[in-house]
Amino acid sequence: MTLDTTTAKGAANRAAPVAASGDGAKRRPPPLLRSASAGRVSGLTLGVVVLWLSLIVLLPLAALTVTSFSDGWSGFWAAVTAPVALAALWTTILVSAVVAVLNVVVGTLIAWVLVRDEFWGKRFVDALIDLPFALPTIVASIVLLSLYGPNSPIGVELNATRWGLIVALAFVTLPFVVRSVQPVLIEVDRDVEQAAASLGASNWTIFRRVVLPTLAPAIISGGGLAFARAIGEYGSVVLIGGNIPRETQVASQYIQQQIEIDRPVNAAAVSVALLAISFATLLILRFFASRGQEREEKAT
Amino acid sequence: MTHSRRTVLTALSATVALAMTGCAGGGASDVTGATASAAAGGDTVLNLYAYAVPKVGFDAIIPAFNATAQGTGIEFQPSYGASGDQSRKVASGAEADIVNFSVTPDVTRLVDAGLVEANWADGEHQGIPFGSVVTIVTRQGNPKGIKDWDDLLKPGIEVVTPNPFSSGSAKWNLLAPYAAKSDGGKNPQAGLDYISTLVGDHVKVQPKSGREATETFLQGTGDVLLSYENEALFIESEGDPVSHVTPPTTFKIENPVAVLKGSNNLPAAEAFRDYLYTPAAQKLWAEAGFRPVDEAVAKEFAAKFPAPSKLWTIDDLGGWPAVDKDLFTKDTGTIAVIYDKATS
Repeated sequence: MTLDTTTAKGAANRAAPVAASGDGAKRRPPPLLRSASAGRVSGLTLGVVVLWLSLIVLLPLAALTVTSFSDGWSGFWAAVTAPVALAALWTTILVSAVVAVLNVVVGTLIAWVLVRDEFWGKRFVDALIDLPFALPTIVASIVLLSLYGPNSPIGVELNATRWGLIVALAFVTLPFVVRSVQPVLIEVDRDVEQAAASLGASNWTIFRRVVLPTLAPAIISGGGLAFARAIGEYGSVVLIGGNIPRETQVASQYIQQQIEIDRPVNAAAVSVALLAISFATLLILRFFASRGQEREEKAT
Repeated sequence: MTHSRRTVLTALSATVALAMTGCAGGGASDVTGATASAAAGGDTVLNLYAYAVPKVGFDAIIPAFNATAQGTGIEFQPSYGASGDQSRKVASGAEADIVNFSVTPDVTRLVDAGLVEANWADGEHQGIPFGSVVTIVTRQGNPKGIKDWDDLLKPGIEVVTPNPFSSGSAKWNLLAPYAAKSDGGKNPQAGLDYISTLVGDHVKVQPKSGREATETFLQGTGDVLLSYENEALFIESEGDPVSHVTPPTTFKIENPVAVLKGSNNLPAAEAFRDYLYTPAAQKLWAEAGFRPVDEAVAKEFAAKFPAPSKLWTIDDLGGWPAVDKDLFTKDTGTIAVIYDKATS
């Protein structure tokens, strides 16, 4: 309750200036923020963002990190470098990387087909792409298990193999690349492609030299999001993965197992490692995305 | 500016105050509702926390109990999961009225936490209404010819057994060959050598509960599943392509039931516990594949539950407190250390 009241008070303090700016012509941002290049960032928006990020993201993560170090640095290190934990992290990264690359290729292709080609049922296919987002991931696991599990109706048994993990994760992460490439592709100026063609460039050259550079930031960010999502995925792999330590056990399953056998510190430590990997991925992505954008801006 | 700030503050604090009153009001009315219906003898709800596999038994027992004079109108909210996990949940505050775990130490944890009376096992059957024996489940027709504990160590045999840090079933499964090889604990090293080879070379997966181990096995992992005899009988009756063979020397499984002393429905919970020992309930347990403790009922079902030539018990190994301390305590118990070494 104490926490609630302080929060409410904090919100009230931050809310005040804005309410003030609401009642008339005194629409003047505070001096500190006025110089900000982004333009009008009001105290309220900033306050809400900081508050929300603290409550939803930063505080829980801080708590997690504190738990993971409750046995000291050596305890943390021992938990993360236990052979089975390392194997689980390695499996996770390997499989996620394969899935990201797979998504980059197939996702770009799908986006291309959806934007450039006309065919019967296109709208239906377009809607289908989002299905993995809407479906509970455990459902994906059940569906894949009945298709690729024991007594598979098509004679392909992938359960308890890394291929099973890849298929499950590819299903779940399908929309990322498609949905980030699609809008960019729609906006692409086709005159440039036609000009290149009239100058004698082959289709492959046009794609490589003209289209791809424009799409690259979208592809990278889509691929990166797919990777980050795959790293943390649990539901879709829980049935088809088999959870075999050192083979198909992914980090999220390892964490779950450590909780079940009453070793919360190990679970927290591996969670922090996973978190660091995800965060690093996203950071690298932002770097590439902004560099791509800069290059794009220079070009125009 | 100052004026409007004050207005907003007032409005916000009013909202907070309203929200708080709202919460308090809701809580109070909830309690009233519950008391009223309990007094009317209507919906008494018993929270049952049990380990994973006796669900099939309780599914038959609960309706039968409801049909008795004492059981009329008592509803159940059962929760099934890995024995150790369930026990820890109750110990850390999950609201339970009656618990049924795979192994006695999981009840002892609740005694230590002050949730269960220390004399819970003083009854005629020491708090154990049913049990089983450790058995070996194989693929249908036993293609690898597994008959006894030594067969599990043949090259290439993969054994599915759950994780002893969460599962009670896993403890029984490891105690059975340990007792057989160590001659009831007289030669602990022989028993530990066997466990070490078994866990190190033949156990690849670590499901959290006996039930999950069964699922893993049925999905195609492994050649052998170590499990409760009742679980083997259950999956055979479901028509799954498995066979089971009980080794000549195996282990007696005893699954305790205890009532929580802080239960809101103590009389109902105690009535249910006592009902489990009645001949009618004992028959239902036996029909569901569990070995009954009532001697008359046991005799009746003797054909269904063949007696192994040697059945070790937990008392032969010195009782649960000693076994749990020496073998299963994290970081110090001999089996715990072997298991951790092989799986981390």
